[in-house]
Amino acid sequence: MTPRDKILYFLRLHRTGLTVWLLAGFLLAFPALAGNPYVLGISNLIAVYLIAVIGLNLFIGYAGQISLGHAAYVGLGAYGSALLTIHFDLNPWVAMAAVAAAVAFAAFLVAIPTLRLSGHYLAMATLGFNIVCHTVMTQWDQVTGGPSGLAGIPPLSLGGVSIDDEAKFHYLVWSFAIVVLTLGLNLARSSLGLALAAVAQNETAAESLGIQVGRAKTRVFVLSAVLASLSGSLFAHCFTFINPDSFTIFNSIELVTMVVIGGLGSIWGSLFGTTLIVLLPEFLHFFDAFRDIIHGLILVTVLILLPQGLVSGLRDLLRIKLLAGRNNA
Amino acid sequence: MLRIEGIGKHFGGVPALSDVTFRCREGWTTALIGPNGAGKSTLINCISGILAPDTGQIHLQGLRLDGLPAHRRPFLGVGRTFQNLALFPRLTVLENVLCGLTPQGEPSMLRSLLRLPATRHRERLLRLKALEMLDAFGLTDKSQWPVSILSYGDRKRVELARALVSEPRLLLLDEPVAGLNAEETARIGTEIRRLHGAGLTILLVEHDMDLVMSVSDHIVVLDSGRAIASGTPGQIRSDPRVIEAYLGRMSATA
Ligand SMILES: Nc1ncnc2c1ncn2[C@@H]1O[C@H](COP(=O)(O)OP(=O)(O)OP(=O)(O)O)[C@@H](O)[C@H]1O
Ligand SMILES: [Mg+2]
Repeated sequence: MTPRDKILYFLRLHRTGLTVWLLAGFLLAFPALAGNPYVLGISNLIAVYLIAVIGLNLFIGYAGQISLGHAAYVGLGAYGSALLTIHFDLNPWVAMAAVAAAVAFAAFLVAIPTLRLSGHYLAMATLGFNIVCHTVMTQWDQVTGGPSGLAGIPPLSLGGVSIDDEAKFHYLVWSFAIVVLTLGLNLARSSLGLALAAVAQNETAAESLGIQVGRAKTRVFVLSAVLASLSGSLFAHCFTFINPDSFTIFNSIELVTMVVIGGLGSIWGSLFGTTLIVLLPEFLHFFDAFRDIIHGLILVTVLILLPQGLVSGLRDLLRIKLLAGRNNA
Repeated sequence: MLRIEGIGKHFGGVPALSDVTFRCREGWTTALIGPNGAGKSTLINCISGILAPDTGQIHLQGLRLDGLPAHRRPFLGVGRTFQNLALFPRLTVLENVLCGLTPQGEPSMLRSLLRLPATRHRERLLRLKALEMLDAFGLTDKSQWPVSILSYGDRKRVELARALVSEPRLLLLDEPVAGLNAEETARIGTEIRRLHGAGLTILLVEHDMDLVMSVSDHIVVLDSGRAIASGTPGQIRSDPRVIEAYLGRMSATA
């Protein structure tokens, strides 16, 4: 191998890791480049969403299941963190971990009956769970503060420094997002990721190769709920104020839209999908008034035309075209 | 090796299998033949665990298989292919074959998330193993292709490679050459003979009589869910019940 070949080989072999480092480097410099708290605020929102979207994508894209209620788990994380820190004065980090563990357990219990369902039934069950959670958040005034929500959630702090402005939030939430992105990429490339993809594509075949279909689905579901919970906790501590409106079924559909735009099973696609959907209202101002309708339209259009999602669907089409071309040549 | 004892299976009151009993001897290729709807695939599905028989028992080397979940059986050495192909369409050829290596060890969620060096090393070994299998099937050039764009013959071979990569003790083949042209059929035939030579126990369901007669040591004939005859290829060829139930009908339609 010539030195040039060696470099190319190295780049190819480590392309995923290198891309993550590149992104991390860019994000390190981003506050200096952005120089504007408003821009940082938007990018922070992307990071918070991304954590939940990657989890949801693992569930939809790998376990091949549908969840139209993931905002419920984000809400549980947010309310859990808020209540533990406001009412029980718990350290926010401890609260975040405790809530994530509790949500993991809750998700495990939910998984037992619901993951036996498939297709429309599973969609309805997850949707129903979201509506129940939202109703509790809205109606249980004494605890949740009702429709007006909870304010005065203490910020996270690290080494005595309180994380309380957009630049500090940036480093906090993007650190989390990069770690989650890396874990997601690792899982996707592992043989477990392969087993999960197999479950999504043919349960019977997966089972007859030794893959425990039910267990695989439950594990990814729990993982995705934990990530949603973390996303909710970060949301609560960064905004210091939460109300039920952030955790409706429309927010769940927004999360699914982000997954679908990026492509089922594509971790990088999730970054793209999340960024696009968060940024869209910034460019198209009419968008905000019709956002739920537009999300629905995007979702339905993409799923009809490219069931694998926009980005990965287009990539697959291109790959098949290229290979078919080479095959005929 | 494999003992099928009094297996019965109903689908909503309609019997698909009734009281089927036979054995597959170790190292033999046993063929299971019979007209369409005779219950051959149903029996294969009972052995691999996709269906649960209503009555009877299935023993593999003294171990009782029925009652075990399907995902346990590959760990006990049961490998299979499907009549109508059951590949993972969006995975590549290599990835499909890698899925066949599940019995080589289940990865934990935590290890997979962290991608520790030991995990990576293990996965590299699995990859090498899968690539070797692809090489043996002449599929190396297509290892990165999604299986959905392969020809039907190639897909059949990928499925066979996927079933073999975990080195099963018992291989269940449900119509491995259905829909293939003469050349592809010959290729699969050679492969079955090679496996037979290597000592693998095979249960072969197939309509292609030339293939069945040339590769099997023993043949079991199923008709309307009942095992009506069994014997060597020579005996089966001349058995009047078989000719009546199956071969006769075949030539009548041919
Ligand atoms: N899942 C099912 N539900 C209901 N009936 C079934 C099911 N699977 C098979 N059957 C019925 O059981 C009988 C046996 O079917 P089976 O698929 O085992 O036949 P076969 O011998 O494999 O036929 P072929 O040669 O056409 O593959 C048929 O009458 C079929 O219609
Ligand atoms: Mg059949």
